[in-house]
Amino acid sequence: MASSNSLMYSLFQRSLEDLIKGIRLQLHGDSSFISKSLDEIRREIKLTDLSTKSIALQKLSYLAALHGVDMSWAAFHAVEVVSSSRFGDKRIGYHAIAQSFNDQTPVLLLITNQLRKDLNSSNEYEVSLALECLSRVGTDDLARDLTSEVFTLLGSSKAFVRKKAIGVVLRVFDKYPDAVKVCFKRLVENLESSDQHILSAVVGVFCELTTKDPRSYLPLAPEFYKILVDSRNTWVLIKVLKVFAKLASIEPRLAKKVADPICEHMRRNVGKSLLFECIRTVVSGLSDQETALKLAVAKIRDFLVDDDPNLKYLGLHALSIVAPKHLWAVLENKEAVVKALSDEDPNVKLEALHLLMAMVNEDNVSEISRILMNYALKSGPLFCNEVIGSVLLACSRNSYEIVVDFDWYLSLLGEMARIPHCQRGQEIGHQLIDIGMRVKDARPELVRISRALLIDPALLGNQSLHPILSAAAWASGEYVEFSKTSYDIAEALLQPRTSLLPPSIRAIYIHSTFKVLVFSLKAYFSAQESTSSPLVEESTSSVSSPENAFTYKSISSLVNMIELGLCSLSGTLDVEVQERAKNVLGFTGMIKHKIAEEVTAQGSEIEASRAVAFMEDVFSEELCPVSATAQEKFPLPDGLELKENLEDLQEICGEFLKPVVESNSNLFSSSEKISFSVARLRISDQQEASSSSSHPPESASLLAEHRKRHGMYYLSSQKSDDHNDSNGNNNTLNEYPPANEISADSFNPKKKMNQSKPRPVVVKLDEGDDFKMKPDASSNDEPLSRAIQTALMGKGKEKEREKDNHERSLDPGIKEQSSRKEKKTKKKNGEKSSKHRSRRRSDKDAIAAKPVEIVDFLL
Amino acid sequence: MIGCFGRRYDMLDNIHFVLLVSRQGKVRLTKWYSPYAQKERSKVIRELSGVILNRGPKLCNFVEWRGYKVVYKRYASLYFCMCIDQEDNELEVLEIIHHYVEILDRYFGSVCELDLIFNFHKAYYILDELLIAGELQESSKKTVARIISAQDQLVEVAKEEASSISNIIAQATK
Repeated sequence: MASSNSLMYSLFQRSLEDLIKGIRLQLHGDSSFISKSLDEIRREIKLTDLSTKSIALQKLSYLAALHGVDMSWAAFHAVEVVSSSRFGDKRIGYHAIAQSFNDQTPVLLLITNQLRKDLNSSNEYEVSLALECLSRVGTDDLARDLTSEVFTLLGSSKAFVRKKAIGVVLRVFDKYPDAVKVCFKRLVENLESSDQHILSAVVGVFCELTTKDPRSYLPLAPEFYKILVDSRNTWVLIKVLKVFAKLASIEPRLAKKVADPICEHMRRNVGKSLLFECIRTVVSGLSDQETALKLAVAKIRDFLVDDDPNLKYLGLHALSIVAPKHLWAVLENKEAVVKALSDEDPNVKLEALHLLMAMVNEDNVSEISRILMNYALKSGPLFCNEVIGSVLLACSRNSYEIVVDFDWYLSLLGEMARIPHCQRGQEIGHQLIDIGMRVKDARPELVRISRALLIDPALLGNQSLHPILSAAAWASGEYVEFSKTSYDIAEALLQPRTSLLPPSIRAIYIHSTFKVLVFSLKAYFSAQESTSSPLVEESTSSVSSPENAFTYKSISSLVNMIELGLCSLSGTLDVEVQERAKNVLGFTGMIKHKIAEEVTAQGSEIEASRAVAFMEDVFSEELCPVSATAQEKFPLPDGLELKENLEDLQEICGEFLKPVVESNSNLFSSSEKISFSVARLRISDQQEASSSSSHPPESASLLAEHRKRHGMYYLSSQKSDDHNDSNGNNNTLNEYPPANEISADSFNPKKKMNQSKPRPVVVKLDEGDDFKMKPDASSNDEPLSRAIQTALMGKGKEKEREKDNHERSLDPGIKEQSSRKEKKTKKKNGEKSSKHRSRRRSDKDAIAAKPVEIVDFLL
Repeated sequence: MIGCFGRRYDMLDNIHFVLLVSRQGKVRLTKWYSPYAQKERSKVIRELSGVILNRGPKLCNFVEWRGYKVVYKRYASLYFCMCIDQEDNELEVLEIIHHYVEILDRYFGSVCELDLIFNFHKAYYILDELLIAGELQESSKKTVARIISAQDQLVEVAKEEASSISNIIAQATK
């Protein structure tokens, strides 16, 4: 019964063609037909008849290749089909294996013998099938077991087989480096072959090998050189050029030697692919060879003006390789690059954009930005944002290194925000705040621009620009003292259309309004004081410009406006907005009363001004950037348990920890001056404490009590005394090294003297802000490169060399590891510091209300 | 499973994969020289055909994709795509594609999409003669044609044997 069934199946089996026709006939989706065919295939593939089996396998591999059907379940059947004596079946089997096997396929172990048999076959086509299969699925074991067969084939008299064997060597070396000992000599011998196909194959192998580890192949340079000079085959030459590009980068003398033959190839009328390879070799590996470089740049120019978009793109690409070392090559072709910005091909446009950004320096930044902004206005959303993003990136690099005129840059940021397609709100907002904190001189302009942004009706409707508004709102509140009229700012912050904003941003608006209000009141009172008693010290009023002089009328109209604007918000559903609005309203309610009284009775005014002064103090402290390496500057004390679970600490200290953290970050960020002194801060804290409130002693005693209870979490103060900071602040009270020190070079002494307007000071903390990742050097290479070096060196030197090599190849690994580690911690610290900042902002009131003594324990 | 990112460090391949996609987005041939799991393969195909089919006719033939470059060229209704590394020569790959098309053309006699649909395995075998381990191995059109027809002959002989009546009877009585 079973046998007659199987006969039925094999007699009426659908061929691949039937299957394809069947699929094409399906009008409404082919999934049901495919699953039906799959069932058929499952039945057929289990039959003993090999030809039925192989046709089933062929159908399956068709479905897998074109319809994404899984065929891993048929792995064993593929192995069965491969064992067929018929060439057609075998071919189907090998094809299926190459298509579906990977290193983890369990039946892979079963094909070793079959592969060996076929590699030794007298039929060259069977050998070729086995070689192709090995090149695709060769595992460590297969490579080891079949090395000797591959070695034999490397010397085959049939070029057809030999070149395939050469192609396989790559995989074998990669998986089983010891094969080098056996095969390398024969491989090298093939470099002298006269057959162009064999030569092409073997050079191809060396091309890939040198990519991984160029140094090992330096001894073969003479052979390669001979090919470079003699060969006229495009494919071979392209590969040899790639080899030399790698070798020349580590051996400058070689660069000098190959420059001439390469120039000759360039001058010869060669195909574009070879010409491009010559250009690329010169710009990437031989850029110190002047004549070669000049010739290459001339050829690049030909590419740039060519009508073929491929050549244009590649020309731009080649320029971008040469740009970092030889900017003149780009500058010479500036026109073509700018023209490429309006190309219809987005790839060409992007490449041109990258080149322009590479060209940017402090002299041409405004010109290039002007050009780019025009393109951003004209082009579609995708490219527009690409342009904006790269301008933002280039200008902010290394703490705004290339920006000299920050007023200009801020207006550029404002302009970007108004480009209709702009979606880079996050970055622009971030930079507005960042510049505000880093560049003191830019603050007046920042406030002006911020107000302009706030009252721009277009921005409110665009959600991706809300971060800009939030930054503008914050900046106009924080730096309100630089504004011409604080009334206008309050008006902008309270405009009715702010109801379009999400609550989190509205909260910032309200808080900024609060700051504006406090500032205005302060200005008003100090003006009053100075008129009534001119001897009063001019502490805060000095900054306010004449426009900010308030009369009773103007101040009360400001207060009224704020009340009017916020009273509707005291009932909003969002708690954050509601609470902030209520805070402000509570304050105005109190103050309004006092101001009104002030007109009649002189006495109460003092009380009001004291309350205002108190609020003023809350906002007076300045936010500064915190170094990303701040955390690293803390020496790790002995006995500190970092790995222990400290969750319970959170619980215990919940109520105490917060203010302490605040005061700590406070400490970092209030260091405007270079000399950083905790002692001074503490003294001022105490003065403030004695004059205004009785909180500090209270909280200090709380802390002492806390310390008594949870002493184990505190650090002993003696230990950190040993680490006095190295920056000359021999401040015995300060156990922390200054986190916020300003490095000397942030003053940019090297800047040109002839600038009409000096570049303002930009606070810059970390030298190596952006780390470059080193290329991944996989540890896999080691055995391979060692084996090859051994094969190339004489026996005597072998040991020494091996050791040397070992050290060398180990080194990058370690370096990379450590740099990665470094990066990781940096990142963590970066996050931490930004958290400090934001938390500090929201809890400012709390800090000022309870100045806490800075105690010597880690947060 | 081996992910498709970062894989290139342990694989030495010139061409990572070859794709043939029709203008309607139907896949006509896929060949993977680097290990991609089946799921990834479908994802890659979907992603790339989305990018490439939407490109206009006068644009350059290269697309940057996931840190690689995909070189493509359209012949009639078919897009031939090959994925290479950043440092590889795009123009060379364009020539390889053209080379492949010429060989197909010679083999099928002015090749069309239907030829590839119904002889999809032949297209594979020709590709295998052209590339090994993602490297170009045979640049002579004549040689490839000769090798392929020799192999076809081998298959034909075997097929006749298999389909003979006596063979079928032998099967049935087994």
